[in-house]
Amino acid sequence: MSFAKSLMCRECGRVYPLDPMHVCEFCFGPLEVFYDYAAMRRTLTRERIERGPPSMWRYADLLPAEADAAVDIGTGHTPLLRAAHLGRLLGLERLYIKNDCQNPTWSFKDRVVSLAATKAREFEFDTLACASTGNLANSVAAHAARAGMDAFVFIPADLEQGKIVGSAVYGPTLVAVDGSYDEVNRLCSELADKYPWAFVNINIRPYYAEGSKTLAYEVCEQLGWRAPDHCIVPLASGSLYTKIYKGLKELAWLGLVDWRGTRMSGAQAAGCSPIVEAWERQSFNIKPQKPNTIAKSLAIGNPADGYYALKVMSQSGGQGVAVSDDEVVEGIKLLAETEGIFAETAGGVVVAGLKRLIERGHVDARELVVAFITGAGLKTQEAVAPRLKPALDVQPNIASFENAFSERAGALPATRK
Amino acid sequence: MAKQRFKFTFAEELIKEPIIWQLGRDFDLVTNIRRADVTEDRGWVVLELEGEMEEIERGVKWVVERGVRVDPVAGDIVEG
Repeated sequence: MSFAKSLMCRECGRVYPLDPMHVCEFCFGPLEVFYDYAAMRRTLTRERIERGPPSMWRYADLLPAEADAAVDIGTGHTPLLRAAHLGRLLGLERLYIKNDCQNPTWSFKDRVVSLAATKAREFEFDTLACASTGNLANSVAAHAARAGMDAFVFIPADLEQGKIVGSAVYGPTLVAVDGSYDEVNRLCSELADKYPWAFVNINIRPYYAEGSKTLAYEVCEQLGWRAPDHCIVPLASGSLYTKIYKGLKELAWLGLVDWRGTRMSGAQAAGCSPIVEAWERQSFNIKPQKPNTIAKSLAIGNPADGYYALKVMSQSGGQGVAVSDDEVVEGIKLLAETEGIFAETAGGVVVAGLKRLIERGHVDARELVVAFITGAGLKTQEAVAPRLKPALDVQPNIASFENAFSERAGALPATRK
Repeated sequence: MAKQRFKFTFAEELIKEPIIWQLGRDFDLVTNIRRADVTEDRGWVVLELEGEMEEIERGVKWVVERGVRVDPVAGDIVEG
């Protein structure tokens, strides 16, 4: 059962009923779901969670929706892998990868959209909508199909064909907007005011954002009900990062894990790093940026939760780090070559960011570190494709192969005995 | 009449400009500030504009032309 009690303004603390709204009517501050934690604590146990389904919905008691009404295509319960090879290479004794590439539409967005779609149906919307250049569009289109809802997905008109397919296949109304990023933003805000749609990251954003907490719950359960010492998370709007921290704090309040003072570090691509830039200035004031990076899934120039992300960074003793596009590509390759996981550019940002933090002495070798890999690499192949070519070009005969191989390696491979 | 909510972000060189006052004077718009934070090197203001839709569009266009960044109150909506 859900213990969600009300919406609360993150700025002025005013309380609202659990309606489809996202902004405080008084100060226009963002709203957040607030729960009856005392009642939750009386009901929730590790065993109760462990009896739940093998999906994010095993944590329904900690979410603002009911599991039996869930719009679910099998999201969550993704692998947490001990990354021994990558850890050794980076000098970490206990590095884990939370591999959220393995969600139904291959990114963590399925967590937030599964919850948003569930709430949208509960609120009796018949249309799900979003504005996105990739992962969110894919997930909204898929969940609308599953829920039997109409979908409007707004994309910039110049979006690459490859990125359109992953949304179009689910049959939404795909709307290509001929305008700048800012104009698309503005249009969608106006559409959300005008039409009775569930715009997942606008009018039902307070519920949508809560889906990210399930990443924290899963990691703790998979570690044997233990919180990590240090998390490294990609930063876009800052919502995922702040909600992972909220999830860790909730489990500790509820007595399901011991509070370990988990340090939260966040990584951005240097070409769009407004949160890290503010962190480095030691300021809580975000200066909006014009994105220019291959890490497009993180390219939010004016992050809605940037201020709250900076607060978490400061409170938890974490760090902010920005990496170049070249480092992003190296990060993608490093993760793939050491652990067999092909991540999208956001994953490259995390791995490269972790490497940089270790070099700067911000990560203790003995800490239990979890790196959050939030989307699959097949979505952003163009980022690495120019650097990946066949090692040898040969004719279809053994002599040609052996000539080419020995020319490159200086000797032939060992033959059968 | 329409109402729209925005976040105006001012770079350092614009902080001393009375842009919101001019917006209310030169356009047929009611400006209603709800939250703001201004420091020596930048400032932001969360406000509501009330007026005819075309006038809001015209006013916002003028503000953008002055070099102010104008965003929906919820921040960037287009996500990856």
